[in-house]
Amino acid sequence: MAEVLERVTKIIVDRLGVEESEVKLEASFKDDLGADSLDVVELVMELEDEFDMEISDDDAEKISTVGDAVNYIKAKQ
Amino acid sequence: MKLEGKIALVTGASRGIGKEIALGLARQGADVVVNYSGSKERANEVVAEIKELGRNAIAIQCNVANSDSVTNMVKETVDTFGRLDILVNNAGITRDNLIMRMKEDEWDDVINTNLKGVFLCTKAVTRPMMKQRSGRIINISSIVGVSGNPGQANYVAAKSGVIGLTKTTAKELSTRGITVNAIAPGFISTEMTDKLNDELKEQMLAQIPLARFGEPSDIANVVVFLASDDSKYMTGQTLHVDGGMVM
Ligand SMILES: NC(=O)c1ccc[n+]([C@@H]2O[C@H](COP(=O)([O-])OP(=O)(O)OC[C@H]3O[C@@H](n4cnc5c(N)ncnc54)[C@H](OP(=O)(O)O)[C@@H]3O)[C@@H](O)[C@H]2O)c1
Repeated sequence: MAEVLERVTKIIVDRLGVEESEVKLEASFKDDLGADSLDVVELVMELEDEFDMEISDDDAEKISTVGDAVNYIKAKQ
Repeated sequence: MKLEGKIALVTGASRGIGKEIALGLARQGADVVVNYSGSKERANEVVAEIKELGRNAIAIQCNVANSDSVTNMVKETVDTFGRLDILVNNAGITRDNLIMRMKEDEWDDVINTNLKGVFLCTKAVTRPMMKQRSGRIINISSIVGVSGNPGQANYVAAKSGVIGLTKTTAKELSTRGITVNAIAPGFISTEMTDKLNDELKEQMLAQIPLARFGEPSDIANVVVFLASDDSKYMTGQTLHVDGGMVM
């Protein structure tokens, strides 16, 4: 399960250019990690590819923190 | 050739302006998806013409106003060609009537095909284009979307809407290497304009400084320009290609 967090963290670090230490579960993409709305859309697209799943627009709108993303992926796996 | 290796999707490419756009892009080296609604044979003829030019092409039936069909069309495009560089939103219809007489379904049909269709196709291509960090979206509006025109409330509303949609899409996608521009054609000789009566045509002609109707190729040439690197510093614009009708 830690593996999910690791893979999510790597994508966030690559995409948003933040330090790994900043990627905490409670960190908000927009408020803490400097993402704009389009960055979040792209992040979700990359998570879909990485974990080979489809995230609907409705679900994607609910993902706003690192923890949201990790929990969503774990629940779906 | 300006578009070597590029993949283009042209909606409503079975005849008229869309057909000429598909051929124009292919002549510059692009492989083309020829979308149509009902004219299967004519779409297949366009595919054959493109193959004669040495490019690859496929025809895909899809009503642009239906979101599931549009999603499938874009998926089939990316599955077949591996990418998607150019979207030309050209499919369009007219259901002319005075506002007083216009039926609700005449209004809905035109808004659905000419405006919602552009939204759906744009939405569907943003994903592959954002991933590529490049893309060109070219929307075929109309000069009457700028000037207004009696008898075409539905069509004018849709075509004006396309100009606003073009600007917003351009702003949303600008940081991802995607440009979005529109063309506003004037009176172009196609089946769409064939059905107008001669008196109306005379009246229109009198308003055109260049004193002739346009040909589909007049529009296709500008699409090629907007699809190529030559226009890379332009986005959110509407180019009037109308013989000077509206200045
Ligand atoms: N002609 C002009 O003077 C003029 C002026 C300004 C703007 N425009 C615009 O230029 C575009 C092309 O016009 P045109 O004169 O070439 O028209 P056209 O000759 O009537 O051709 C229309 C094309 O759109 C396709 N189409 C219609 N409804 C569709 C739908 N729901 N889904 C997918 N495809 C659909 C048709 O496919 P099928 O063959 O399968 O029916 C056909 O390929 C339109 O957007 C039009 O509004 C034209």
